[in-house]
Formats: sequence, structure tokens, C-alpha cells
Amino acid sequence: MAEYITQAEIISNGRTAVVDDTILVTGMPATAGSKALENFKPLFDAEAVARLKANGYVISGKANVGEFALDILGETSYYGAVTDADGCLAGAASSLVAAGKADCALCLDVNGAPRRAAALSETVFIKPTYGTVSRHGAIPCVCSAEQIGVAARSVAHAADTLGVIAGFDQKDGTCIHESACYHITNAEGLRVFTADELGSQKKAEDALTAAGARIRRGSFAIAEAVRSAWHVLLCAEVCNNLSRYDGVKYGYRAPVYTNIDELYTNSRSQTLGITAKSMILYGSDVLSKDRYTQCYEKALRIRRLAHETLTKLFSEYDVFLLPACSVPSYKNGSLELLYRESLFTAPASITGFPAVALRGVQLIAAPLMETKALTAAAVLEGVI
Amino acid sequence: MAFEIVIGLEVHAELATRSKIFCSCSSERGAEQNRSVCPACAGMPGMLPVINRKVIDLAMTAGMLLNCQINRVISFDKKNYYYPDLPNAYQITQWFSPICRDGFINIDTQDEPRKIGIKQIHMEEDAGKLIHDSVTGTSLVDFNRTSVPLIEIVSQPDLRSAGEVTAYLHRLRALLRYGGISQARWEEGSIRCDVNISVRREGADEKSVRTEMKNMNSLSAIERAIEYESTRHIEAIEYGTERLIQETRGWDDAQGCSFSMRHKETAADYRYFPDPNLMPIRIDENWIKRIQSALPETPELRAGRYIQAYALSKPDCELLVSSPAIADLFEAVAEKTGLPRETAAWIISDLFRIARRLKTNLDDISISSEKFADLIIMVANNEINRAAGRKALDMLFEHGTDPRDFARDNNLAINKDTGDMEQVVRQILRDHADIVSDYVGGRVKARQALVGAVMRALKGKGDPAIVNHILDDAIAKLPSE
Ligand SMILES: [Zn+2]
Repeated sequence: MAEYITQAEIISNGRTAVVDDTILVTGMPATAGSKALENFKPLFDAEAVARLKANGYVISGKANVGEFALDILGETSYYGAVTDADGCLAGAASSLVAAGKADCALCLDVNGAPRRAAALSETVFIKPTYGTVSRHGAIPCVCSAEQIGVAARSVAHAADTLGVIAGFDQKDGTCIHESACYHITNAEGLRVFTADELGSQKKAEDALTAAGARIRRGSFAIAEAVRSAWHVLLCAEVCNNLSRYDGVKYGYRAPVYTNIDELYTNSRSQTLGITAKSMILYGSDVLSKDRYTQCYEKALRIRRLAHETLTKLFSEYDVFLLPACSVPSYKNGSLELLYRESLFTAPASITGFPAVALRGVQLIAAPLMETKALTAAAVLEGVI
Repeated sequence: MAFEIVIGLEVHAELATRSKIFCSCSSERGAEQNRSVCPACAGMPGMLPVINRKVIDLAMTAGMLLNCQINRVISFDKKNYYYPDLPNAYQITQWFSPICRDGFINIDTQDEPRKIGIKQIHMEEDAGKLIHDSVTGTSLVDFNRTSVPLIEIVSQPDLRSAGEVTAYLHRLRALLRYGGISQARWEEGSIRCDVNISVRREGADEKSVRTEMKNMNSLSAIERAIEYESTRHIEAIEYGTERLIQETRGWDDAQGCSFSMRHKETAADYRYFPDPNLMPIRIDENWIKRIQSALPETPELRAGRYIQAYALSKPDCELLVSSPAIADLFEAVAEKTGLPRETAAWIISDLFRIARRLKTNLDDISISSEKFADLIIMVANNEINRAAGRKALDMLFEHGTDPRDFARDNNLAINKDTGDMEQVVRQILRDHADIVSDYVGGRVKARQALVGAVMRALKGKGDPAIVNHILDDAIAKLPSE
């Protein structure tokens, strides 16, 4: 009977999961790496967390994230950046998983940080098709794009856990009824696209060729336009979603103020970090009456174009192979670096297409075709 | 110089749904402060808005009753601004594509019927309520009303006088109630109105300055505000009493004047953008048909039917259809009594008088149509007189007392025992021999005094027809002098 099962037994029956601090777990604080949510205790479990618990997983703890998961690798967390032995930035969740402290991690992919973290460690992260995993209980930042995904030490484990959390949820109006399958199959005949504009992935290409995949090079000319558009959409939604941390209802409130405007200004000035503030400023500019058409609306058009371009690409190919980042490690992050690096993460973010990241690379597939990206990823994890 | 007043209205009506627009909290009024609240409508992170489809049904019903085009794709947008009663710091509304457009309402004015254009109807969520405590100097916020569904009905600037505005609001309110769309009660704020007003010289195409008066919540205040504001504009234009600026003004009903609201240096920029959490919803033909088939008979059609079927006057019919509760009561009672004209008279003169005295909203009148019908029949059949009937209606209205029980317990039944009455009449004739001789002598009016004396002796319970008959008989039998 359930109530007589000891903690040790549950762990032996199931798996342990660590959860990014952008995702709510009852009884554990949820700070999203921000002073704005210092001591914030959620009242409910995120749907993905509830599904893990219902399937015997034990939530072993929360993982630190950059403020609202906006940055390169967590360096903007109010609670301190996570670095490795060499002083390089490391994603907290993927570090915990890589070190065997948890079997897997739930991460909210807002701006590509979990993909970069997996690519730079011995882990794998899968960001599923937008709408296949409920965002209920994810601290909202970029509602049109962000998705909860799974980090694990192996592609197969990530795929298994994704199968547990995925599926329609009526609490999220963007959830879709269609479901993907997360099987790893034979890579023989897999059609892989790489883009001239994004550089060559020699090791990965060789490994996939050896496994029987066919690699074709081509052009992805809209890469830079997609990055610019992504930045506009990202900042606009960050500006909107972070407005609720105003010091009135919960979280941090400035100790000194004389009227409501000061309460807002002081509370927000004293909590949000420079990355969040910059994005809020840029976001409020692109949404302003004067700039809406030329910035925000144009970004939406580019998002549609990206969707069309990738959809067309996936009528000829199964997987789009591209880098997850341009460097082997980061000593520190900055807005400029973040902008530069989002060249690689923006295509999957802006379209909501699924992407698997590991060993320095990313594999994007068509919506609900996670199985293709997972299959390619399984080839790479054995070789690279 | 003649001036023309140009008025457009933005009416907010709270929709009569059981739950809020994007969460499952109750939207009913009367809960203790901050009790109808969940993490979603309190602006906590992690909850996503899920549309309550009943809201769309009601907005479509409103659109159809107001003769609008219904948009086939529903989308929502975010309106960004900071205020402590707005927990998310944005309001979900329909900015780019309102659900209904291009409708109209017919109104009757003193001169002629007029058609007032409806520019659009859109759905949105309400904000909470701030409570300022002047003693401690603190402000508290109650989130019970946040995310309660509203529709905003925006008229064209087609209204020309306070009278037209009142007629428009009466008709609009009736339509909202007939459609089950909104309780639309001014006193509780489930209907409220922003008034946009400007004044121009008749025939001139000079640019006029528009002022907006926000959150008006009573018809009488709206009328007074329009009179005041239009006079202020006219005096400014004609005599240069002040320079008019485009601004939002408040209305001080106690002082009877409008005042400039604190306004920011720059006009607010609400940074509208589509809400990515609410996917566009397609309204298909079946949905349209379902709403169409459930539309109520409009007050306009009902009034027309009463005029046709019962030969009632137009003003009487307008009164009867002003509230669906009253119209339904009228129809039920008229049906049971078979006396539509008497029923209308009882409702308009007596029922409305009691409601006014007890300050009961006409929409809240709920009395048994069986008992009311019985009462009307009792009076019509001379079982009780009209004055007794009024008392019985008071009791029925206030306590639900059965009029037959009331008449019996208070001994109000009209006396039909002719033996009794003959005796009384003979006695009166003996007591008032002088009046009798006056009457017999040709003073016709003297007869009324005799009838009065008889009725008094019978304590008002004499059937007047019988009394008259007996009196005539008795006088005829008097020995001639
Ligand atoms: Zn709620």
C-alpha cells in the first residue's frame, strides 16, 4: 500500500529528477533565478512535475537558472552563477545530471540555455515540439515559444522521460492533441541537412554518414533575420510577462517608497538584473505605438517565414544538423554574446520545432518528428 | 448660433457567467473579499488563461441582438499598464479584432425613432477593486472582480442629447437582460458607461474638442453630466470662458460638476500585442446557428405583439417590456385572467408603485402569477373592491400572502347578502329622510350621498351594483307624499 512505501523504495522503483527553478514544485521555492521571486512558494505542481510524480519519479530538488532563464548558461542568477572546476560557466541542471546527482532534469527552454548546457556537458537535452508538453506551472517568459524539455545522461533516458510528461493538458490552451513518438530507430537512410551559413560539424557529419545517413549541404539564408526577429519577440514577451513582479502582491517589495509609482520603480529596480532590464527596455520599445508595425509585426512575419522555410526544408530532409553554440566553453556571458549565440538556438525557438542538443550540436526535426532527431542524436552519443 | 452635441458611449457590461473568463473562480458577486481568487486571477506565475466558452456565447448573443456582424475568428490581445488592481500588469482584451462590428440599436425619442450605430463589441477581463483606508492611509486590493468577463459596447457618435442617451441606455440594458447576457445593474456596477462628448456649431465643420467622462454608473448622473459638459463646451466656444482640451474628466455628482482628472504628460501607450497563450478560435456555422436559435424575442417585438394582440397603448407596452421579468409576469397573468388591459393597469399603476416605495428593482420583482391573477379576478368579479385589492397586492408583494386568505382573514369580501342590505338601506332611508326628499324632489346629486351612507354602513363591503339596485327599489317603494 502506497503509504508504507519508504523513500528508498520509491527511488529504487523510479528515477530522480531535478527541476529548473523556472518550474513550480509544491513545497519548494521557485525563484526563477531572480530576486523578484525571492522566497516565493508556489501553491501547485507544474503539470510536467505532477506527471513525473505520478509515474514514480522523485523530485530531488531545484536547479539554479539564470534570471528567468534568459541568459547564456545561468550566469545572471541572483543566487550565483554555476561554474565548473575550470571556472567555465555550466548549466546547473545539466551539471547535476552529468554528476549523477539526478537521473534527469526538467528545464524550461526560454532562450536556448538548456540546449547550450547539454551541448557543453556530457548530457543531452530535448526541447519537444511546442504544444506537446504543458507549460502549466512554468514561470512565463516567452509564452509563444518556451517549452519544458528533459535533460538526461542518455538520449534514451531523455526520450523515456519526455514520454512521461508529454501529452494534452487542458490547463494550457496552446497544448495540442496530436502526440509525437520518441522511439530511437535505425539511422540508415536518414536525410540530414546542414547549412553553409552556420558552419560545418565535421565529427557529427562523419558519424552520421558512418551510420548510413545521407548528409546534404544547403543554404539557410534567413538565419540572421531569424535571430533578429527572435530577439524582438523574446524581448517583447519578457517585457510583458515580467511586469507582474511589481512588488504589490508577492515576492520582493522595496522597503522605501512614498507612492505607488515609487513602489513599482524601486521594487523593480532593486530586483531585476541588467539582462532582464535591457530586454524589458528593448521590448517596451518594439511594442510601442510608433514601432509596433516596423518591429513587432515584422518579427511576426519573419517567424511565419521561418516556419515556412523550415517546413519546406523538412519536406526534403529528416533532420537539420547545426551547432548548439560557437565556442567550446564560456568564461562569462554578456548580452552581445547571448545575441551572437542565439543565431544557433533561435530557429528552433522561433518556430517551436523540436530540437535535441548534445556534444556541441543541435538536431532540429519537423513538428512531432522528435523520433528523427532522437535517432540522429543516439548515433552521435555513441561516437562523439 | 445653434450648437450640436455629439455623444458616443462606451458601455461595459459584466457577463452573467458563473465563472470568470480565464479561470474557474466564481464570478458571482457577494463573496467575502479575496475569496473568489486563484493563482491565475491573482497574477501568480505558472497559470495559463483558458477561455470560458460561455463568454463567447454571450458576446455573440449581444452582437446578434444589436444587429452586428460576428467575426468568425476570435483572438485576444494583451493591454499593458501598471495599476495595483491589475495583478498581471496587463489586461486581456480584444484590440485588433473585436468579436462584433457594425450593428445598431433602434431608439424612440420624442420626435422620431432613431437608429444608433454600434461600432463594435469586444470581450475583456475586469480589474480588481482598490479600497482606500483614509484612517490608516493604506490601500488594499480585492481581486474578487479580476478576470470577471466583460463586454464593451462602443456606439458610433450618433447620439445628440441626454434624452437620446437615456433612451439608448434603456434599450441596451433591456436587450442585455432579455438575452441573459448581463444583469446590467447600475447600482452594483455590472453596467457602467464612459461618455465621449463634443460640441460643434450646427452646419460648421470646425474641429471640435472631445472630452471623455469615465465610469459613470447611474442614468441620472449621466444625464446631469451631459447637460453640464455640453453647456461648458458651448460657453467655451461662444464666450471663450476657457480653452477646451482633449482630456478625461470625472463627474462629481454631489457638486453637480465635472473636473479634470490628473493626466500624464504623454498619452498612455498600452503596447497592445496578441496574447500567445490564447490560440485563435474559429466560430463555425453550427455555433452561429446554435446561438441564433436561442435568441430571445426582443423587447421591440414583444411591445409590437402587445399592441397588436391586446390593443394596449405604445407607452404602456414600452413600460411592460422594460424588464423581461415584468414582461413575463404580464404575459402569464394576462393569460390566466383573460383580462390583458386590467392586468397592464394593475402592473403599471399598482405594482410599479409598490416597487418604487420598497425601492425594489423591477428586474427583481418575483410574485406568483397565479396569486396575482386571482387577485385581479377577485376585483373584476366584485368579490373585493379595488382598495382592498391594493392592500392584498401589498401583502402578496411583500410576504407572498394569498389574496384569498388575506381577504378572508381581514373580512374584506364584498357583502352579497341582499337581505342584509335591504335592511340597511331601509334604515338609511329612514335616517336621511331630508336627503331622500331632496332626491325625490329632483336633486339627482342627492342620490350619491345616499349610496355613500349605505356603503359606509356596510363598511365598504357592499357590492355597488347590488346596493344601487336595492336602493332604487326601496326609493320606488316609498309611500309618495
Ligand atoms: Zn481565478
